[in-house]
Amino acid sequence: MTMTMDVRPAALAPADVAARAQARFPEAVTVDAHGALVVDRAALIDVATALRDDFGLAYLNNLTCVDRPDRFDVVYHACSMAGGAPVAIKVAADKANPVVPSAVSVWAGANFQEREVYDMFGVRFAGHPNLRRILMWDGFAGYPLRKDWKEAYFEGAQKPFNSRWPDGAFFFGEEKLTEWKSNAKYPRGYTATGVEKARPDNTVMVLDAEDLKHAPDIGSERLIVNMGPQHPSTHGVFQMQLVLDGETVVDLQPVMGYMHRNHEKIGERNLWLANMPYTDRLDYIAQIGNEWGYALTVEKMMGIEVPDRAEHIRIILAELNRIQSHFWGVTFLLNDIGAFFTPMMYAIEEREIILDLLEMTTGSRLMCNYMRFGGVAYDLPEAFLPLANTLVYDRLPRAIDEMDSFLTGSEIVDTRMRGVGVLPAEQAIGYSASGPVLRGSGVPYDVRKAEPYGIYDRFDWDVVSYPEGDIYARYMVRLGEMRESLKIVQQALKQLPGGPIMGGKKAWQIRVPEGEAYGRVENPRGELGYYCVSDGKANPYRYHVRSPCFINLTALGEMTKGHKVADTVAILGSIDIVLGEVDR
Amino acid sequence: MAFGMGVVRGMAITLRHFFDTYTVGQNKQPSAAGDVPARAEATVAGKIPAGMPTELGGIFTSQYPEQKLPVPERFRYIPFLLYEDDGQGERAAFDGIRCTACGICAKVCPPQCIWIVQGKGDDGRPRPVATEFFIDASICMSCGFCAEYCPFDAIKMDHDYEFSSYERHESWVFDIQELLHPVAYHAAIHPADYAREVEETRQKEAAKRQKEAAAAAKAAAAADSSGVDPEEAKRRKAEARQRMLEAKARKEAEGKAGEGGG
Repeated sequence: MTMTMDVRPAALAPADVAARAQARFPEAVTVDAHGALVVDRAALIDVATALRDDFGLAYLNNLTCVDRPDRFDVVYHACSMAGGAPVAIKVAADKANPVVPSAVSVWAGANFQEREVYDMFGVRFAGHPNLRRILMWDGFAGYPLRKDWKEAYFEGAQKPFNSRWPDGAFFFGEEKLTEWKSNAKYPRGYTATGVEKARPDNTVMVLDAEDLKHAPDIGSERLIVNMGPQHPSTHGVFQMQLVLDGETVVDLQPVMGYMHRNHEKIGERNLWLANMPYTDRLDYIAQIGNEWGYALTVEKMMGIEVPDRAEHIRIILAELNRIQSHFWGVTFLLNDIGAFFTPMMYAIEEREIILDLLEMTTGSRLMCNYMRFGGVAYDLPEAFLPLANTLVYDRLPRAIDEMDSFLTGSEIVDTRMRGVGVLPAEQAIGYSASGPVLRGSGVPYDVRKAEPYGIYDRFDWDVVSYPEGDIYARYMVRLGEMRESLKIVQQALKQLPGGPIMGGKKAWQIRVPEGEAYGRVENPRGELGYYCVSDGKANPYRYHVRSPCFINLTALGEMTKGHKVADTVAILGSIDIVLGEVDR
Repeated sequence: MAFGMGVVRGMAITLRHFFDTYTVGQNKQPSAAGDVPARAEATVAGKIPAGMPTELGGIFTSQYPEQKLPVPERFRYIPFLLYEDDGQGERAAFDGIRCTACGICAKVCPPQCIWIVQGKGDDGRPRPVATEFFIDASICMSCGFCAEYCPFDAIKMDHDYEFSSYERHESWVFDIQELLHPVAYHAAIHPADYAREVEETRQKEAAKRQKEAAAAAKAAAAADSSGVDPEEAKRRKAEARQRMLEAKARKEAEGKAGEGGG
């Protein structure tokens, strides 16, 4: 079932929302120079509820924080499901005692994001149901994204470092920079068991045997099982803490951060341009989309135009990337339900060939580092077009059809997927789910249509959406999106114009004017957003990644409750997480 | 559709793939083990370039390390430095090494894995030559920025990806001697990039010649009208140009020293 978004009502423009909100809450709301609503702390919940219910901002895109010299700015981005740009909302928190009311009661999708802000900045959210660290470990001391926090082997707040040039003296960082050699500082009185005890009572995630409660109705014992981090179903190092009643899941808490490297701190040390290769390492199955999102955000701040040819190249590579990513996602899901590696191998054949195209164009199969602010790094090689045309007109359509008849309608696939892990549409919106998870719940929301970037508005294609909200719907969305992507690539290849591939001069020292921007792209796994703040210097002042995989996991617990253990594996597979992006 | 037919249809596809591995995959090995497959040369338009063969039904197994799949020209792995092996050209005085120690690669490097020491003359002034050049390949993320932003085409990305070692510290720090490769090597692995470079040099020289010719013609014209001997005017012009160049070189050297804060 395919729907287009044209039937939906038009959304309010961000400026209209700002004006109306200010009129309604004259004492609590002001509008700052960047068009963001600055909301008084005490009135946050009232304003947010009004924004959600009366101004249509039902979807919380992004929630993060900026460490200013005199305050913390907690920044929310919320948008309407009818399309249009998100509205930024800012709440200031004291430097000494940062407390902000929790928005979880308004947007359930704020849950993990508020925990991340607490983890990274130490801003507490009053009324949050489970305010614990999420990416760092429980005994960790300090808040890494604060400006005064220094990492292990800290050398300087900003790259480039003088020790490389002109000083030129080679040394191994871990030997010479001993001041921060071991950064594992424990808080006073820390004991490992103490951390477990200190967990709030309202979570069932208590690891002590004495706390295991008896379920009164059937008299069976509840059991806590740690699935992962070393478990093949978790697609990496990811842990699910399950509370089981027999074989039925009573509660589930995702535990993550095993691959956390503080991508955002690295990004704030780097030059603007030098972040580009790092974005490849987020969702390494969808590298082109990651680069595009970052390039888009910085281009927005700099106000540069991208030439037509570069836009076409971007769209061709990004959609080919989406096809290979969905091949990967669909067949890894099959792996999870027991079709061990046979469909996977058929999909990898196609993926290899798409990666060959990426390699010949960008120089690397996964870590492409291909986009630049204002265009792309190199033009398409001579051999690209014949190969790409063969692929999108001949080979890939056949491969997708084969995958379709191989899997769709198979009774085993049906039995495992239909009616499992249902996420109703309202919950999907509330939990800020995005990508195939959202569209599989019957919400035809796609950033490429809702807030078109690049030249997506020039092509004829449809948003794929299925109303069931189960694993099967997500699978069908991915399958349908591969076909839609093929349609886009075919049109883009046909229309590919000549001309330059870079707007403006190619430079490595980029001056980004003071300001801030939230840019987003529709990545295969959902809405990938970048929130950047510039203070006019050579490095970003704040660099935040809105990770679709991370936020889609917010709904995992809700989806799995009441299902069997074996189904949690399938449900996790249907979200299709990539840990490089979950943990950042 | 009767129950179970979906599974049967799927199994038929599996069966076809199974037979394909014997009929297509095994018969179409790229070439005998140890050879670089013939498709390495087939980079002209219309033919399939390096990589997996799309015209085949599946992917074949290449017998690595005896047999290696060729990599495309833009493939990049760990940078290397270039020197002119013929002893000709502007950089001949510095052993032909193209690097001028301007430091752009070290500054643009995202993980900061390049260390450069700039050479100094007898007078203590910096000279456009790198006396030391380290790349820590264990930190390098092979992004290719150094090669992309080098204004002198002095650093390029390599195609060699076999760097295994028994130790992960010292043997991964390459010094200038390990990094240096002749230009011929670069021309062999990057034919298109090298052609661009040659063409740019040719154009630059042509423009220079044209400018000189224009200047000479102008001088001649000026001499004609002012009555000064054309040869004399040419000599004066050359002297002035020499002075200008010297001043420029001094200024550049000072500027580089002053840029130290980077």
